[in-house]
Amino acid sequence: MGVQDFEPVIGLEVHAQLKTATKLFCSCRNTFGEAPNTHTCPICLGHPGVLPVLNRRAVELAVKLGLALGATIRAKSVFARKNYFYPDLPKGYQISQFDLPVCEGGRIPVGDRAFGLTRIHMEEDAGKLLHEGPGVTAGTSAVDFNRSSVPLVEIVGEPELRSAADAKAYLEALHRIVVYLDVCDGNMEEGSFRCDANVSVRPKGQEKFGTRIELKNLNSFHNVEKAIEYEIERQVAEIEGGGKITQETRNWNADKKQSFAMRSKEEAHDYRYFPDPDLIPLQIPLELVERVRASLPELPTAKVERYKRELGLSQYDADVLASDAAKARYYEAVLAKGADAKQAANWVSGDLFALMKDGTPIADVKVTPDALATLIARIATGAISGKQAKDVLAELYANGGNPDAIIAAKGMVQISDSAVLGKIVDEVIAANPAQVAKYQGGDQRILGFFIGQCMKASGGKANPKLLDEIVRSKLG
Amino acid sequence: MKISRDDVNRIAKLARLSLGDAEADAMTKQLDAILEYVVQLQTLDTNGVEPTAQVGDRATPMREDVPAPSLTQEEALCNAPKSAGGGFVVPKTVDVGN
Amino acid sequence: MAVVDLTALSLTDLVAKVKAKEVSAAEVAAAYLARVRALDASIGAYLLVDGEGATAAAKAIDARIAKGEDCGPLAGAPIALKDIFTTAGVKTTCGSKILAGYVPPYDATVVKKLRAAGAVILGKTNMDEFAMGSSTENSAFMPTKNPWDLTRTPGGSSGGSAAAVAADLCAAATGTDTGGSIRQPASVSGVVGMKPTYGRVSRYGMIAFASSLDQGGPLAKTVRDAARLLESMSGHDPLDSTSADRPVPKLEDAATKGVKGLKVGVPKEYFGKGLDPEVESVVRGAIDSLRSAGATISEVSLKHTEYAVATYYIVATAEASSNLARYDGVRYGARVEAGNLTEMYAKTRDAGFGAEVKRRILLGTYVLSAGYYDAYYRKAMQARTLIRRAYESVLADHDVILGPVSPTPAFRLGEKTADPLAMYLSDIYTIAVNLAGLPGISVPAGFSTSGLPIGAQIVGRAWDEETVLRAAGAIEAAAGIASRKPVLNGAA
Repeated sequence: MGVQDFEPVIGLEVHAQLKTATKLFCSCRNTFGEAPNTHTCPICLGHPGVLPVLNRRAVELAVKLGLALGATIRAKSVFARKNYFYPDLPKGYQISQFDLPVCEGGRIPVGDRAFGLTRIHMEEDAGKLLHEGPGVTAGTSAVDFNRSSVPLVEIVGEPELRSAADAKAYLEALHRIVVYLDVCDGNMEEGSFRCDANVSVRPKGQEKFGTRIELKNLNSFHNVEKAIEYEIERQVAEIEGGGKITQETRNWNADKKQSFAMRSKEEAHDYRYFPDPDLIPLQIPLELVERVRASLPELPTAKVERYKRELGLSQYDADVLASDAAKARYYEAVLAKGADAKQAANWVSGDLFALMKDGTPIADVKVTPDALATLIARIATGAISGKQAKDVLAELYANGGNPDAIIAAKGMVQISDSAVLGKIVDEVIAANPAQVAKYQGGDQRILGFFIGQCMKASGGKANPKLLDEIVRSKLG
Repeated sequence: MKISRDDVNRIAKLARLSLGDAEADAMTKQLDAILEYVVQLQTLDTNGVEPTAQVGDRATPMREDVPAPSLTQEEALCNAPKSAGGGFVVPKTVDVGN
Repeated sequence: MAVVDLTALSLTDLVAKVKAKEVSAAEVAAAYLARVRALDASIGAYLLVDGEGATAAAKAIDARIAKGEDCGPLAGAPIALKDIFTTAGVKTTCGSKILAGYVPPYDATVVKKLRAAGAVILGKTNMDEFAMGSSTENSAFMPTKNPWDLTRTPGGSSGGSAAAVAADLCAAATGTDTGGSIRQPASVSGVVGMKPTYGRVSRYGMIAFASSLDQGGPLAKTVRDAARLLESMSGHDPLDSTSADRPVPKLEDAATKGVKGLKVGVPKEYFGKGLDPEVESVVRGAIDSLRSAGATISEVSLKHTEYAVATYYIVATAEASSNLARYDGVRYGARVEAGNLTEMYAKTRDAGFGAEVKRRILLGTYVLSAGYYDAYYRKAMQARTLIRRAYESVLADHDVILGPVSPTPAFRLGEKTADPLAMYLSDIYTIAVNLAGLPGISVPAGFSTSGLPIGAQIVGRAWDEETVLRAAGAIEAAAGIASRKPVLNGAA
């Protein structure tokens, strides 16, 4: 027996903070990294007498995500109170959704597969417990409520994942989507995109699910995969050793590369969910749904497929260009100006992105799509060579401007006149009799020497294809 | 008996109330009497009746996503029984992974 | 003008005099503050008297009046606030030790509105802890005495406000009503007390007991006063998602509109066992006066009356158990230090909450807990629907429902504290009105033979406070007791 005799069953729960300006139930700013308790008010501090008022933008973003993932948007959903005590939870309950969440169903496309979603619901985030820092002495913690009531969506996946690798791929795909849609900034280090995993194993062929545990503190794609792998092995070892899996919550320790059971209170949480009487049921007007639907961009997976199918790009090129909404927009703008799809792909994802390694975001790049399209067109007509174009691009990148002006200023017109090139070739041949002899003696490699010399003599402006033809014909 | 002393202990834990022995005993008796009374609700036929949670069926009040001034850190902490370094200080929680 | 005269005036008369510059707001405030100093020690209506704040507010009103400004319908009127309304910069306890020392950083919307209407806030009145009680004996600080008989309670939970109005320690007061907490104290303390339709008055800053039942409302010396105060308190609040987006009707003139042609229903279920014969007699007198004034009276059956108390004590305690979870010693209020968090929570809440609050938290936690939710909470929510329909059914054919407010006149301090269930059952006439979300008023209708006040209750259709006030005004006019005041030693 061993791991290979068991089938892992994994479902991921992702909490994503919504990119709103304000919190879910009050008008404090939705920020990160600020001094503690500088973005709070009586509402998100849970003072006596306060009441929640729902943020419309948060609803729109939740609907946007649901629509993009093919979920059903409930016309009526209900906010419910999840009651438990913890210092970072100011009211002693979290306003969440239980019976009637805003979205149901849906799926995450991963490559050419799709993994099902159970539901997406809205809820408010809790504050942060600080276990170290100024003011935190031994035996105490400090609470910062800046994060209290930041809007979250909880995306619950069906337990359809069957490997740690699948889980990682699912998470990466979901991450890409939420960032693409501008619904969440996907910053795992800052905690705006958090993942818990439910993991169980069952002997291959068994239908019944095994007992599952909940894995927490998975703060990177890498850790998600490692933690799940570890957990699968741990559970298999436990079962094969005659033990039983206890339903519990386990914390992943990335340094020790192990998970540990959290020494929780003995009672399983009884959250005593009931509909929040301070909020009336959320009726989402059809008008809102349709307005959001109309604003949906083409999703990365669909875009990649379209780039491959309609534009003939390779999987690699399509992935690179479609992965980032802003980059895809740039690329498509270049195409809109009439550039050839493959040429444009090479210039954007190759040369331009190489220049952008200096950290410039595509939105700030000085090469306009128009300029790049023009540049590509000049190469296509033979007006300049590819090498010359690289120089022009570098100039455009540094200073902006228009390619024709730069070409003219640098006197970069490519020489495609056979007579002119012929004369240069004749001069080089005449100046290098020894090499001519070598070539005629059978050394084909010498061709490169002649091409190089001729190119140099032309000031780098010779049309390479034509030059090549002429050199070959004159050398015989 | 509708509610036992054990039930009361369990519920008190859930509600983070610590009751002394005598108090818990008295509470159990009183709660039992109340629950005995309240159980008569079972005789009411509610078959097919919708629960009233809140007055629903009108447009959900929502607010625009526009920031308003927050409290200053000082104001936020001014009622804190214990604060330090800008945060509300609490005793350590028992629950720490490993 | 003699000091005692100012404090004996109705709110509307007082405001008229202030606006007419017959008397200054400062004089009025001073008169009331002097009376509070002289008498409140024996009554205990106030937890906090803000003499400085009141004087400053009164002076500001006078300055504006001198400039010819209209300071609003409550200009210069000294108002007492039940200590359940948050007042910025002024301690607010909700009658509980767990909020000892708590100073809210914000004003309740109701408080904002009253200030904007020109009211002068005198102070915060005593109440049952977290509004849980019917006698104000559950206040963590002290009981309040009924000004008509200092050995008796003024009712609860808005007992401090009711006593303050009854003893002319304010021109009017605010209270809250979750199961009768304005109407019952008004009835046993001989003042007018009204609970509006749920959603009429903003709950923002009104410390929550049971969110789907709580409503703020006025306690006042006359029906007209109550109407004016209610108008000033009412209105849509974007900070309260349960607040109704409806215009506030003009209510004051309803008091004298009369009841010709009004159809009054009297539930037969109300006149059975448990109703004190003196209360019955006074209420029947009110029925007679409405008939004489031109209303038609008919006996009706109000179904499910017998389930109201049980339904209430499940719904209200469930919501309360959740609403009171925030009192944990972390961010405000009292804290009992301990070595670990769980102990801190438990010790803080144990020390901070009184027995009745603990009882209701436990009951509420129980009915929501796993395995019991359907049998208790869900069932109660269904019962609530049926109770609401029963009222709607009667009110389809009748304009108002009339009945008693409390089964007995004011009971003695300590009389009911041993038996919580008995205390709950005394809410029988008022509780269902909160479950149905309807407007209801208690208006003084007479006295017991021993001189204790007895009120009659009018309940109306949703949003129809006007008709409720019309009926109450007619009862008030017929009873002719509005000027009868309790005899209090120490008054000038």
